Amino acid sequence: MSNQAQLLPGTLDLLILKAVSLGPLHGYGVLLRIGQISERALLIEQGALYPALFRLVRQGLLKADWGVSENNRRAKFYELTAAGRKRLREETEGWNRLATAIASALAAQPEQI
Amino acid sequence: MRFLPRFFRRSQIEDEMEEELRAHVQHRADDLERSGLHRAEAERQARVEFGAHERYREECRETFAGSFIEILIQDLRYSLRVLRKSPGFALVAIATLALAIGANAVVFGLLNGLILRPVNVPHPESLYGIERSDKNDPVQSYPDYLDLRDRNRSFDSLAAYRIAEAGMDAGDVTSRLFGYEVSGNYFDALGIRPWRGRFFHASDEHGSNSAPYIVLTYSCWHARFQDERAMVGRVVQLNKHPFTVIGIAPPEFRGTLLFANPDFFVPMVNQGQVEGRNFLNERGTDWIYLALGHLKAGVTPSRAAEDLNSIASWLRRTYPKEHGNFRYSLSRPSLYGDFLGSRVKMFLIGLLALAGLILLAACANLGSLFAARAADRSRELALRLALGAKRTRVLRTLFTEAVLIAIAGGVLGLCGSAALLRALSAWQPLPRFPISIPVAPDTTVYVMALLLALLSGILFGLVPVRQVLRTDPYQIVRAGSTGRLGRRLTVRDLLLAVQIAICAVLVTSSFVAVRGLLRSLHSSFGFDPRDATIVDTDLNMAGYSGDGVPEMQKRMIEALRTIPGVESVGLVDWVPLISGAYGERNVFTDQSLDLNPSNAAATPFAFRVSPGYFAAAGTAMLAGRAFSWHDDKTAPRVAIVNRELAVRLFGSAQRALGRFCKIADGTRLQVVGIVESGKYKGVTDDSALAMFLPILQSPTPASNLVIRSSRDPRQIAGAIKNRLRDLDHGLPCYIETWSQQLDDFALFPSHVAVVSLGVLGIMGAMLSVTGIFGMSAYSVSRRLRELGIRMAVGAERSEVLTAALGRAVRLLACGSIAGLILGILASRVLANIVYQATPRDPLVLGGVILAMAVIGLVATWIPAQRALSLDPLTLLREE
Repeated sequence: MSNQAQLLPGTLDLLILKAVSLGPLHGYGVLLRIGQISERALLIEQGALYPALFRLVRQGLLKADWGVSENNRRAKFYELTAAGRKRLREETEGWNRLATAIASALAAQPEQI
Repeated sequence: MRFLPRFFRRSQIEDEMEEELRAHVQHRADDLERSGLHRAEAERQARVEFGAHERYREECRETFAGSFIEILIQDLRYSLRVLRKSPGFALVAIATLALAIGANAVVFGLLNGLILRPVNVPHPESLYGIERSDKNDPVQSYPDYLDLRDRNRSFDSLAAYRIAEAGMDAGDVTSRLFGYEVSGNYFDALGIRPWRGRFFHASDEHGSNSAPYIVLTYSCWHARFQDERAMVGRVVQLNKHPFTVIGIAPPEFRGTLLFANPDFFVPMVNQGQVEGRNFLNERGTDWIYLALGHLKAGVTPSRAAEDLNSIASWLRRTYPKEHGNFRYSLSRPSLYGDFLGSRVKMFLIGLLALAGLILLAACANLGSLFAARAADRSRELALRLALGAKRTRVLRTLFTEAVLIAIAGGVLGLCGSAALLRALSAWQPLPRFPISIPVAPDTTVYVMALLLALLSGILFGLVPVRQVLRTDPYQIVRAGSTGRLGRRLTVRDLLLAVQIAICAVLVTSSFVAVRGLLRSLHSSFGFDPRDATIVDTDLNMAGYSGDGVPEMQKRMIEALRTIPGVESVGLVDWVPLISGAYGERNVFTDQSLDLNPSNAAATPFAFRVSPGYFAAAGTAMLAGRAFSWHDDKTAPRVAIVNRELAVRLFGSAQRALGRFCKIADGTRLQVVGIVESGKYKGVTDDSALAMFLPILQSPTPASNLVIRSSRDPRQIAGAIKNRLRDLDHGLPCYIETWSQQLDDFALFPSHVAVVSLGVLGIMGAMLSVTGIFGMSAYSVSRRLRELGIRMAVGAERSEVLTAALGRAVRLLACGSIAGLILGILASRVLANIVYQATPRDPLVLGGVILAMAVIGLVATWIPAQRALSLDPLTLLREE
């Protein structure tokens, strides 16, 4: 548990968009994919995924369709829309800028001032 | 209306959401199963890992529900479902609130119609009437009015009016109509424009009877003349004097007195023709009802009053004989100044307070009902909280329920009160007079009532909030609701006891009033109204004067006597208990030389009657003789007195016969007969004095014919009409049985008292029922566990009932006894309105006790059933 990080507010949406951009997924699949691509470093409460999914669908970033899962169960599959793809690109850039800035800020040495 | 289609798809979306969440848990369980767990164990763990299912579902719903309105609709659907499951609760709550809101809407409608809404003239805010400190109504004499009009510097133009009855003949039949006699500047001063034709002006006045013009009101033109356009320019006869119709007033203008619906306006200078006697030059006769006008711009009412009072002192100095010490003041004209205005205001403020109390009591009762429900549903609410629903959301649901009930109750109450107000507006309390109560509801009333309903919904919705906020879900789910019930007297208990007491007061008073009314229908009036028909006519309206009057009266009596089946016919100027106006005369002993009013031996009601009146009225002669047609101007002056007056003047009835007394002009009257005592002015009169004078010796144009016959009154009325038409087709008359008129006039206050006490009593009873119901339901549901244990250890049914309902019943008993005692005390006040209202009547006492017992039984029936039908085993297992 100790090596799992709490999500920053707002980052769940970004992760979901990223996970879905790699191919259509159902809800549980999104959860597994995030675990997989983050190498299990991020802690997400399972139920919390759904309000976020619904929000993204409502914003038009994702579209959902019923299908049959690999376990042969009926499930809702999510897919990126064009708007979603654009949003992912912007958010990724924004995140990278922020991360770089924070990282360089944190790396600052006394002699640099 | 974007949410509407989604609203209908709502259940489908919910189902899909549910399925998706389930699919997630299933997929997770599949994985866990693969890692070696049993299916059941895997599913359980998957659910645990999923987290607060209820909370996430809620959040999902919010994300795609989004807007406030959609959540509201969701809550509404939920609340409707819940309410449909307990229709009894919903009905009681809605009915209580409907009653309370209805009462408030009616009172507010009255306030709105009578006080807030001014007379329908332009710029009503600067319209004032002139009030006098030495009279209790704002009357003026015509010369005084002229002085006020010409000498004041505060009014733009001072107008005046009086209301009078006149017979109008438009070439067909003569009908008796009520109209305004107004000063020439009346319409101009008020700023009213004619709707058809023209109005008369100050310039049309050139002395007495100089302006024979008449303006019809719209309603008269519509009802009496069927909107006939050619009316303007036609000549109608008013009391046999020709008047030219010059115009029609606009529909929204009905004179300057709220209660009155006049038929016409005539110039005041023609007052002599309309009323048969000219008062225009009499400074001592105050016959103008009200002088009124718009204040000049920038003049305040207090400055105007100062100005008028300088005129008052001038009047006092110049005409000391007609003026005592008095001051003028200003008041609003719509309710006839302070004379009616202050009474109506006081009455309405009283009503408003009462209605407010009713609403408050209803809210308190509904609050305890809601608290009982919240307690009943504490497990459900706790479960929802435990599953992660937010407290605000749970509260919101409860609130929605309260507001839903508030709106339903409010709308229902409003519909009822609007119907009542409309009926009240259309009602003519006294069928012969054009009086109405203009209180038709408008938007203000509707908005007020709905706001009030919403507010009360929030108010009683708040009661269970603390309960929910304090709920510890784990505690309740584990242990069941706790049975703690405060033993001390709470404010709510006290409120309930007061409600019950008030209810008992009202029930007692209404029983007393009903009994009094029933008894007064069979009491002795000093005449016998059964089988007697009254023909109310005024010979002045038909143009008779001088010696023509008694001659015509004699002919009418003769003519009616020949109708088959008529036993006797008589004539009287004012009919006892009906006419409303009665002459009183000072009577002096025969020895009196100083005939100053202060020396009078008695001041009896004086009636002028024809021969045959006593027989027709059914008044018993105790001694002596009745009048005959020989008691005329040439014969010695005679009088008949009632027993009460005989005793007052001469010591006893026997000694009175043949003795003399004097009236104010010094005439000696010989008492030739004694009749039984009776009631003359009001049914609550006792031992009133009366004297009767023959019409041939003191003539009067006011002619009320009394016809006694045991035939069907309708046939008699038809025959009377025919006979009178044969005599004079232009004679306006009004025919009605004496009993019916008694009902309409003399017993009117009693009827009003009975109806209003009855309505209030029913309201009080309803409130008490919901109050007791709420309280006992609450007490039963909070103590279910305790009651169950009691039953399990073998308590008798009566013991269970005592434990469950003892408190409510004790409150009921205390409240009822207090109310009964207060009610008996209050009946003394009631005795002034309703004849013979006495609470010392076993039927009343028994009735009150029975009524209160029924109220208690109705209110506690459902909770008692619930307490008795408890199955201790089920209950204890569940808890």
